[in-house]
Amino acid sequence: MDSMRDRFADTVHQLMDADPRVALVIAEISRDRLQGAITAHPDRVVNVGIREQLLVSAGAGLALSGLRPVLHTFASFLVERPFEQVKLDFGHQGVGGVLVSSGASYDMPSGGYTHMSPGDVALLDTLPGWTVHVPGHPDEAEALVRAAVAAGDDKVYVRLSERTNAEGRALDGTRFRQVREGRSGAAVVAVGPVLDTVLAATEGLDLTVLYATTVRPFDAAGLRRAAIDPDRGTAQVVLVEPYLAGTSVRAADEALSVVPHRLLGLGVGKEELRRYGRAEEHDAAHGLDAASLRRDISAFLAS
Amino acid sequence: MTSTTAGTATSYADIPRLMSLQTGDEKHSAAATSTLDPLWVLYDRVLRVTPETAEAPGRDRFLLSKGHGPMAYYAVLAARGFFPEAWLPGFGGFTSPLGHHPDRTLVPGVEIGSGSLGHGLPIGVGVALGLRAQGLTEPAVWVMTGDAELDEGSNDEAITFAGLTGLGSLHTVVVDNASASHAAPGHLAARFAVAGWSAETVDGHDHEALYRAFTAPHPGRPHVVVARVSR
Repeated sequence: MDSMRDRFADTVHQLMDADPRVALVIAEISRDRLQGAITAHPDRVVNVGIREQLLVSAGAGLALSGLRPVLHTFASFLVERPFEQVKLDFGHQGVGGVLVSSGASYDMPSGGYTHMSPGDVALLDTLPGWTVHVPGHPDEAEALVRAAVAAGDDKVYVRLSERTNAEGRALDGTRFRQVREGRSGAAVVAVGPVLDTVLAATEGLDLTVLYATTVRPFDAAGLRRAAIDPDRGTAQVVLVEPYLAGTSVRAADEALSVVPHRLLGLGVGKEELRRYGRAEEHDAAHGLDAASLRRDISAFLAS
Repeated sequence: MTSTTAGTATSYADIPRLMSLQTGDEKHSAAATSTLDPLWVLYDRVLRVTPETAEAPGRDRFLLSKGHGPMAYYAVLAARGFFPEAWLPGFGGFTSPLGHHPDRTLVPGVEIGSGSLGHGLPIGVGVALGLRAQGLTEPAVWVMTGDAELDEGSNDEAITFAGLTGLGSLHTVVVDNASASHAAPGHLAARFAVAGWSAETVDGHDHEALYRAFTAPHPGRPHVVVARVSR
């Protein structure tokens, strides 16, 4: 199977073929994969070199000139390093663009902390108006990249990862999807690539499982529909996110403010582990493996 | 050098009055007026943009990157008719569109919001690339920075990229009032030139010298004019 990043390269090339407004800015990363688009559209693909402030600002300049820019590099260099450029050159200038990252929280754990970006979604949460997509499969990545580019002049972040679920699911680019129905009045929201692990972790438990591939705007109505127990008028929700633990707790809390509710936010810890190794070992270290998730979810619901 | 174009009632001689409307002061510091002469020459004789073409795809773009102390900029825009003179006295007020750093979404003719230094030139690179990609080869893109603003490393990313890729529609005016704490003689123009820019350094209060430098041919290369002004 191709990776999300491979699929992004093919998809953005097709989008550029179809629409002369679409432009692509990169900073060396993924240059080889994007060779097709670079050759076919030399005027609309800009490789700025290893210059990430310029990557974001020049992308905003393309938008000011009337184009629909797609910007791509690793998450740590797309959101964290040039964060003020993201804040000002898109937000404050009032222009739109599509930021497509790869690398996620620890796709390349042997590369160490410099290539980990668990805080990208939380950072974007400090800014108004960003749509955030977190696909869990290459098919979903393709659908969400297409939706992002087609979204007028919106500001959209697409968080690609090397981690994927076994199969892609149909999505509409806005709502959560119920993938398992429980009767206990408790719900787990699994975001993007953690779905398969969440399904394994909750096998046999009486829980509703929602699958989220778009987390901003947050599907508050969908969460209320799935999580509020109609008999008790209460809700118990566990969020499992592949980035900083608790990133969406505030959004879920607002969504459930109409009823008494309990929330547990699971995800990547903030502390630096100073470990290399494999992604699965980092899952376990952050409590995101199936056994840890089952333990933590069960304990929360029993308490 | 006080030429006025047809339809524009205000001349260079009126600029001090328009600045006083904003500040309430009759005299202005050198820092407040350091950008005035380059701005005036650009809007009066160089830039192909008017209030009527302020949204036209083929207009020249002027990006004020050095957003601090924008009184001269607002005065010139008002003098050229981009917005009413009546806006000027509100300068900096809660309900005024004219802040101490400009906001492109609030002021007609303002191409970028600025205030945080080192954003205009990298954005200008993108605007120039985007216009070229759309076949708009006529419009020139101008960015005005301060000399100390070039301390920001983001500028080096833009200067190097634009120079090495021969982005000929990009122009920079560095208003040099010697405000950088760490500087060496001639280093401003040299930084651009080493990356392949066409570079000139002129007296930033001499309108004819500015005009000649602004309009000097620079085929296939971006162009920088370092305008030395009083401090």
